[in-house]
Amino acid sequence: MTDSFTVSSSGAERRRARIRAGLGRRHLFERIFRGLGVLAILIALALVGSLFWMVISKGYPAFTQANLETEVYFDPDIIKVDPPPQQQPGQSAADFRAQRLAWQRQVTMSNWNRVVEQAVRAAVPPGLEITAREATALVDAGERHRLRDIFVENPGLLGERLPFTMLASADVDNWLKGTIDRDLPDERQQLSPATRALADQLLESGAIQFKFAWHIFTNVDSRSAPASAGLAGGLVGSLYMMLVVVLLAVPIGVASAIYLEEFAPKNRLTDLIEVNINNLAAVPSIVFGLFGAAVFIKYIGLPLSAPIVGGLVLTLMTLPTIIIATRSSLRAVPPSLRQAALGLGASRTQMVFHHVLPVTLPGILTATIIGVAQALGETAPLLLIGMNAFVAAVPGTPFDQSTALPAQIYLWQGNENRNFFEARTSAAIMVLLTLMITMNAIAVLLRQRLERLK
Amino acid sequence: MGNLVIAAALLLLLGFAYQQGFARSLSLAAEARKEGRRLHSRPRYHGTLVAIWVLLPTLLVLGLWALLETSALRALIVGMLPPEVAGLEGRQLDSAIARIRALASGYGVAGEVADYEQAAAEHLSLIQNLAFLLVLAAAAGLGLLALFAAKRRISLALRARDHVEKAVRILLMLCSAVAILTTAGIVLSLFNESIRFFSFVNPIDFFFGEIWNPGFATTGSAAIGRYGLLPLLWGTVMVAVIAMLVALPVGLMTAIYLSQYAPHKVRTVVKPVIEILAGIPTIVYGFFALVTVGPFLSALGAAIGLDIRSTSALTAGMVMGIMLIPFISSLSDDILRQVPLALRDGSLGLGATQSETIRRVLLPAALPGIVGAFLLAVSRAIGETMIVVMAAGNSPVLRLNPAEPVSTVTVTIVNQLTGDSDFAGPQSLVGFALGLTLFAITLLLNILALFIVRRFREQYD
Repeated sequence: MTDSFTVSSSGAERRRARIRAGLGRRHLFERIFRGLGVLAILIALALVGSLFWMVISKGYPAFTQANLETEVYFDPDIIKVDPPPQQQPGQSAADFRAQRLAWQRQVTMSNWNRVVEQAVRAAVPPGLEITAREATALVDAGERHRLRDIFVENPGLLGERLPFTMLASADVDNWLKGTIDRDLPDERQQLSPATRALADQLLESGAIQFKFAWHIFTNVDSRSAPASAGLAGGLVGSLYMMLVVVLLAVPIGVASAIYLEEFAPKNRLTDLIEVNINNLAAVPSIVFGLFGAAVFIKYIGLPLSAPIVGGLVLTLMTLPTIIIATRSSLRAVPPSLRQAALGLGASRTQMVFHHVLPVTLPGILTATIIGVAQALGETAPLLLIGMNAFVAAVPGTPFDQSTALPAQIYLWQGNENRNFFEARTSAAIMVLLTLMITMNAIAVLLRQRLERLK
Repeated sequence: MGNLVIAAALLLLLGFAYQQGFARSLSLAAEARKEGRRLHSRPRYHGTLVAIWVLLPTLLVLGLWALLETSALRALIVGMLPPEVAGLEGRQLDSAIARIRALASGYGVAGEVADYEQAAAEHLSLIQNLAFLLVLAAAAGLGLLALFAAKRRISLALRARDHVEKAVRILLMLCSAVAILTTAGIVLSLFNESIRFFSFVNPIDFFFGEIWNPGFATTGSAAIGRYGLLPLLWGTVMVAVIAMLVALPVGLMTAIYLSQYAPHKVRTVVKPVIEILAGIPTIVYGFFALVTVGPFLSALGAAIGLDIRSTSALTAGMVMGIMLIPFISSLSDDILRQVPLALRDGSLGLGATQSETIRRVLLPAALPGIVGAFLLAVSRAIGETMIVVMAAGNSPVLRLNPAEPVSTVTVTIVNQLTGDSDFAGPQSLVGFALGLTLFAITLLLNILALFIVRRFREQYD
């Protein structure tokens, strides 16, 4: 009886009871919801972590490579060549070049494999029998070209002995680093048992040493000699492209931002331009690649695989980023500054160039660096303008055939020698990410420094 | 060498023009001061104006020459060749011309030099030098004429500053036209090549075809192959759906936690770290998918008895989802922070828990913005290339199972067009039709998203 009395007497009490009854459930739900938020963040952080862990753990070993310390003998019995030609008075440059090329061909025709083989044998401990093929399999195939180039540079070496450090072949590098399963049966190993045993012995005796692989930065890509493949071509190609981007995208982007923000009358046309720029920022990068292929290469006739074309395409892609960022930093300039300038009799142009623009400089600089960093990593449009072609040369000008850093990564990840090139690709990614992170850090630092100056 | 000379001469001329205008206006001003009158503009504006007037005609002459030089000299050489050589075609004619150019430049050529070659080369080098001097003289002459005309116009009343500012404004306007030109160029070039593609293949077969089998360009134009868009579109949609299934929950919850729950310190550390993901190039994600995620999923599938291929829609979709997490989270974060605080405080004041406030008040209020962010993310997923090229497996077949390889529109563009530049057959032209489809889809999504986001902003601004 009393129960029913209290319930009916106080509706507030009843409501409170109902609320209290539901409270536990609601608080539980609150905790679950909050837990889900933490979980989401942990997942995101774990993904960042595992991505970097993957790249660094795979790429780090590629920066050291096995090298064989030995001695090279430029044996006159193997290298049978005439003395190099001298330019005769009255001989045309073209004729001399032809003669010199003929001599170089003669040098190239010598059996450099034998020279390499003998050099390897010089390091082999006595009593070990290996065939010529097994000996040359120990070192990188590019070494014979390197020896030849050294000889062409300095023909006086004929008959001389020279202490020489040779790069071990990719297979030996894999074997010694354990990137290939050492327990695989012979028929599935790349190297013969004798070469494998020799590699182990040489490592133990100190003739083979792991050294920092500087050639990753100084060599160009190579198919026949994977161990000496490097990024130089890609680095210089990317550098040229970034140069084009900075020289074109920054002035054009800043100028159009100034026009749209400060001068343009507010009408249909400027509305259209604005919508247009926002859309351009969201157009898939591969569409820019199609545009580059159709317009720059087919109609204008610029060369395929050239950094100038890549730079132009990336410029068009970076423009919206720079325009949008510059506009927002122009918008952030306090109106008092403009009014003060105008009030003292400055024209609009003077107001913009003398007063507003200097204040927005940090913002523009940051936007530029971030835009360029983005462009540096862009790959898809480069595939369509032929930047993923195999080019084993450092481009001399932006009009030469070249590869680019991300295109080189794409090429390497597709290489059949997965064991070796997985590490090499990760190393290239490390170089790319380091460049991008450095650029972004510079942007942040610059902004802080400049804003403090203000 | 020649270009350097021209550039140096041009700079000298411009400097001279500036100095002339400057000096003239200065002397005018000095005379006028005696009568108590003043120049309208400062001397440096007069100098700049004269320089601009000099620059325009010289640039015109030099530009014309740059355009015409190659073809004019080529015609000249061909005219000097004996008929049996001039009648050659293509490569051979090119090499004959290259020989004469090399001779004329003084570098020489390898091998015997024919008499006619020597004569032509001497003639060519003479003409080249003459033409160079002539162009230089014409440009300089026109420039000087313009200089004197512009200098004579200088007077006290000449509003030089207004003229210069107008020139600056025109230059700025031309720069902002580049963006429009780019869009127009993209649309025109895609249309142009697509129309050529549709002269080979019926548009209905393309848009509604269920079989993708383009054949190879090398087998000749007889083997046109079949170009059904649907398998590619299906692959694209599947990958995008998987990506959004990963990115939306993680990205949205991250944004909610960071904007509503996280202490300031956690926020300042976690937000930039997650945004690192946004700056990583997509090729790195592709490699991540290929090397880590694919094998992981495949092993996971084997452990629970599922056959998951390591390159599949699932792999590509998941990694693309990872790529989109920061995109979704930072956009949603911004949008959640734009919801007026009064809404949140009102709800909390009425006794709702934080999660209830978020679900019942903040999210509904922010919904349009979040939908906009979602659409932008979808558009990025559809246009993304490198991840799918490396991790989706490239198998353009209509299949329901996400654990099997698929192919997408972007992958196919790359496959059909890589390294090709003559775009003669449907095999390569189809890339442009696919590009046009992609452009249209992403454009619609972007416009829709921007429209929704803008409406949302106006609601609370």
